[in-house]
Parts: sequence; structure tokens; C-alpha cells
Amino acid sequence: MKKDIILAGVGGQGILTIATIIGTAALSEGLYLKQAEVHGMSQRGGDVQSHMRLSSEVIASDLIPEGKADMIISVEPMESLRYVNMLNNKDGWLITSMNPFDNISDYPNLEEILNDIWKLPHYVTIDADKVAKEQGSVKAANIVVLGAASPYMNIKYESLENAIRTVFKRKGEDIIKLNLKALKAGRDYAEKNT
Amino acid sequence: MQDLLLLGDEAIAQGAIDAGISGVYAYPGTPSTEITEYIQASKEAKDRGIKSMWSANEKTAMETAIGMSYAGKKSLVCMKHVGLNVAADAFVNSAITGANGGLVVLSADDPSMHSSQNEQDSRFYGKFSMIPVMEPSNQQEAYDMTRYAFELSEKFEIPVLLRITTRLAHSRSGVKRVSPLEQNELKLPSNLRQFVLLPSIARKQYNALLEKQNAIEEDGVSSGYNKYIDGENKSLGIVACGLAYNYLIENFEGGKIPYPVLKVSQYPVPKTMLQKLYDSVDELLILEEGYPIIEELIRGYLNLGKKVSGRMDGTVPRAGELNPNIIAQALGMEIAEGFEASSNVKPRPPRLCDGCGHWDAFGALNEALKPYSGGRVLSDIGCYTLSALPPLQSINSCVDMGASITMAIGASEAGLIPAVAAIGDSTFTHSGMTGLLDAVNRKANIVVLINDNSTTGMTGGQDSSALGKVEDICRGVGVEEDHIKIVKPLRRHFDENVEIISKELEYEGVSVVIARRECIQTLARRMKQKHAEKSTTSV
Repeated sequence: MKKDIILAGVGGQGILTIATIIGTAALSEGLYLKQAEVHGMSQRGGDVQSHMRLSSEVIASDLIPEGKADMIISVEPMESLRYVNMLNNKDGWLITSMNPFDNISDYPNLEEILNDIWKLPHYVTIDADKVAKEQGSVKAANIVVLGAASPYMNIKYESLENAIRTVFKRKGEDIIKLNLKALKAGRDYAEKNT
Repeated sequence: MQDLLLLGDEAIAQGAIDAGISGVYAYPGTPSTEITEYIQASKEAKDRGIKSMWSANEKTAMETAIGMSYAGKKSLVCMKHVGLNVAADAFVNSAITGANGGLVVLSADDPSMHSSQNEQDSRFYGKFSMIPVMEPSNQQEAYDMTRYAFELSEKFEIPVLLRITTRLAHSRSGVKRVSPLEQNELKLPSNLRQFVLLPSIARKQYNALLEKQNAIEEDGVSSGYNKYIDGENKSLGIVACGLAYNYLIENFEGGKIPYPVLKVSQYPVPKTMLQKLYDSVDELLILEEGYPIIEELIRGYLNLGKKVSGRMDGTVPRAGELNPNIIAQALGMEIAEGFEASSNVKPRPPRLCDGCGHWDAFGALNEALKPYSGGRVLSDIGCYTLSALPPLQSINSCVDMGASITMAIGASEAGLIPAVAAIGDSTFTHSGMTGLLDAVNRKANIVVLINDNSTTGMTGGQDSSALGKVEDICRGVGVEEDHIKIVKPLRRHFDENVEIISKELEYEGVSVVIARRECIQTLARRMKQKHAEKSTTSV
């Protein structure tokens, strides 16, 4: 088993939380893991990405080679497109929130962004903010996106659920419940709409 | 022992705790910050009484560590690559004094300049100072080599430089620990003049350093951290240093490379190992994450031997960090292609946080400078450097820590009046205070704007050495009381702040305007913590 995932978003949108949950789940399944993060200057409202590599074999490089990512998981639509050169052009999946984070003066037309995404062979686009709100809080939008990616990840759904329990343990039972619901809602949407 | 999921930085931190350090000394700097933060947060480190408070700058950190080494205990010093420039005086001379307790200096380089002003390669400092260098290629090696570096340091009584780059620093993977070692007892050097670098003593010490070099090089063979991996195809031999080794094997199924490879993780690279590779192959490819140091060494200035490719002949790009694709291209291998880039993707540069006090401080400064021509603000390194970008476009320089005040003095003496220096509180105590003393002594005609957000913001909000001391320091170095102004950078104080800055711009002499408002990131974190504490006590 090998899954190379690019996680994308804007600094502060919670992609490292997604990474931690996937990482915890992967370790519980006995997989090898490498995860390269962006720290420092770019975190201030700039584009951020994380290379997440899971494998049943030892992993060499911390970075995913171009054109070899199995998946892009993004919490922002324009950011999801920033890394399509990394995505395997045969069976790579792009899963992204449709909710733009507009903090630049020349943010493009959302429709044009979505049209570019919809040209790809495998994608899920989800109104993660709306789905998260329906589950109780817009703050869980990143977990909704993770849920939408979960059918294509080769990681057991139960492992992701357990990882959420571990990662959010200190924040209490209510937060765990909210995030489990968000994960489920994202997954249901992906399964219905692809 | 348990398998931990650690960043490269954290693996080094855990390795140092387990090597029995008694102190870590550092100034925050991406990508090295997480090492000290890990030790500060470690319960184990606390139980062991490991000192871990931030130092005012890299030089004071380095010197404190030399002091701990003098007293016989093990210490780690951490900094980013440009921090080693600040610590260089102490670092280079520490090779001459030698180490008593184990002394390891961690320098985290930032090729591609993700968060830096240059991409200098710290391995040069090792060569320059004749200090051995360790360069791990993965998280497990980062842990193991940190422990080994302390062993090496005590074996040869010399500081050891541990060099990593951004990708390893900030990438996470599983790490296996081994049982921790005890800390050293207090034990002064047997020769109490070992650290007295008077010329007569320094000459002896320097000779001793020269004499150690052969044995240090031989250790690079016996330690096992440099590996000769034979291959059947002798048309090419590859030297892969540090992280470059991972990118190399990524390109070969099962990691099996047809060519002979020398994996380098310890310097000086043993000549015997290089010779063996050189003699067995037709030509060589040198892969280094950083400057072409080994490449230049093998190639020689006149390039008279076998063909050597790498960064110097363009086989690998001269600048920037490596990745698996660059190495595939260097080997003439085919590269997978992804999807075509979309024209709808726009750059999203980092920016000051919404609600940050720097917006208001620079907004007021811009307004106060309106009557004058542009190009008058010499600035420094921190979050506020982002005020160079639109919409603020406030500053005209960022060179090195503390350069704002001293550059403003120089510009004002050249006739640029008024000249403004804009610096942060942590940068001020790092390297700005001495420049302010110069300004006072020279009666320079400058205004110093100290953006006091009471933290080291850019690196994630570490404690600032300046906390609660800024105006006292200004008074102490002799700035006149009437020209030390404290303002609150908030929109509702805009007019008042513009007026204060304008008046100081007109004053002929040194003025300091302290714009003080807590960083909104650290404020939010503090409020969250307070809230959490409240809710736990109420249960």
C-alpha cells in the first residue's frame, strides 16, 4: 500500500490538524509515514501545503515527486489547483472545499476555479462550511473535507474515527462528537456525489 | 523503547535530552525553533532540570554553552544558518579552546529561502573552523547522530556542528529511542588555562586542533555514518550528502541503485572513501543540499581529472533545495507529469494578521512621512518586514538582525534626514541595543520606531528578552527622557500617533517611539489558556 497526499490550504485553516489525524490513523494501522510541513513566515495568511506519505514499505523522500501524488486534499478551492502538477494524471483524486478564502486583491472568479477542477477525471467539491454548520460548527469544515476524502484513502474509516478521538481528546467529548459527525457528513456527501 | 512520531527538529531535541544535556541555548529562528520548544515543553527535560530559557541572541547562546562545556556538562546550541554568523566569533574560537563537556552546535539551513535572507551552507563553517560536521538524512539519523555528536565531542574534546535543512527540520516520521544517558557531573578542565586564548596559549591549542584532524577524519570511516554502497554499473559514481540521499533512492524501485554510491553524513569526508569511489568509476555526480562544497573539492579549481557533474556545471540547479525530480533529471531519467497548471491560481504571499498592531504603527508612520520624499525607513527582521509589501509598502531595507538602527545612522550621516529605523522588541534586544548606543554617542539624527508586540512573533510567539525592559534600555544607553515616546498602535489613536511621530521626525537627535501592543496571536493563545483553566477549575 502506498498513498501520497498533498494537503493544501491557507495558513491557519487547519491542514495540520487533518495531517495529524491521518498520521495517527496510519500509525494505528502499522504503516510507515513521512509528513513534511511548512512552518515560519508562510504561515501568516500565505499558501501552505504539507506532503503526507503513507506506505507499507520504508519511505525514502520527505517530498512527493511531481506527478506522483495520489490525492490532493484542500480546504480552499484555489489552493487545491496550485498543486495539480503534483497529481498523478491517470488516477489522482482532488478533494476540496468550495469555500474561497479571499485575502488577496486579485482572487479569481470562483466559477472559473471550479470549472478547472471539474475538468479533472476524479474530484470531490464540497461546500464544507455549510455541511460543517449543519453538524454544529463551521470550525469543523476541515474535518468535513477529510471525511469527503476518506473513501479514497485506503485507511479504515474506524481508524480515522479513533484518530479523531485521540487528537481531540483534550478538548472534551462535545468537540469529539462534533468532529465525528463532520467526518461522517463529509464521507456521506462524497459517496453520494461521485 | 516506544516509537515516537517526531519532526526532524524534535528528534534532535529528544536525542539531546537522551544524550544527557544539562542545557539548551538558542534564539528562535526558522527552521530551528522547534528544537528548543520541544525541550521547553518536555516533562522529562523539566524533571532532569535541563536549562532551556531563550537567549538574547545566538552569540550569547553559543557563549553560554561554551561556559557549560567549560564546567564539564553537555550542552546543545540551536540556531538557524544566519544565526551562526552572529555566533561566529564564539563558534570559530570554540574550536581553539576545545570542549570539556560535550558541546554540539545545531545550525538549520534554509535552501530556497523559505523564511530567510540567504541560503548559506553551514558546512562551510565546519570546514573553516576545523570542527567536525554531522548531517543526518532522516529523522532516525537526526536522533542517533545527535547522541553520537556528543560522544564525538567528548572523544576529541571539540565542539561538533550538526547541520540540517528545512525539509528534515519540518518533516515528521517515526523515531526509535534508546535509553537516556546521565548528565555529567560538574568538572573543570584539567588545564585551567585551556580556555584562555592568549596568543601563547592559543598557538598551542591551535596546534592541538590541527593534530586532531587526521583522527577526526578517520572517525568518519569507523562511525558508520558515511557509507560506501557498491553498484554494478561503474560508468557513474554518486556522492549523496545528507537529505540528497533520500531523493536519490526515491527514484529507484526498492531503493536499489545500479551505480556505486557514497552516502555522506559526517565531515570531513574521509579521503580514502572518496578515492575508492573516484578510482572505480568513469565519472561522478555530486548531490548536495546546499552549496557545491564536496563537488568543488573533488573537481578541484582547475577541473583536470575525471568528469564531475553537479551544481557547478548546471546538471543540478545552482540555487535552491533539491527534490526527487531534480535528481531524476540529473540522472537522465524520465519524470512523471501531473496536470497542467491552471492560470486561475494567483500568488498568495504571507501578510500581517488582521488586527495586528503593526498595521497601525506603520499606517501612522506612513502618514507622518508624507511631507518627505520616500525611501527613508531602514528596517529589520520580523513580522513587520511584511510591511514592505502592498498595501503598506513602508520599509526600504531588511538586511540582518539589528541593521535598522545602524543603517539609519549611516544614511542620516550621508544626509538623509529624517531617517527612520523600524525594529521589533525581540530584534532590538538581539542586536539593536548596541546600535542605539552608537546613535546616542554620535548624536545621530534618527527616529527609532520600536514595534513592541512583547514577543518573538515571526517564529511563532516565543518569549522576548525585551519584555518589560525596552524603555529602561533606551534610557540606560542615554536616549533623552523627553524623546522616548510610548504609543498604542490602535486605529482610534491614529491622529495622536501621527502627531507624535511627526514631532520626533523634526527633532534633531535620537528619538525612540515605542509602539506597544501585544501580538494578537499570543493574546489569543493566552485568552484560550485562561478560558481553559477557568472551565477546568469550575468543574
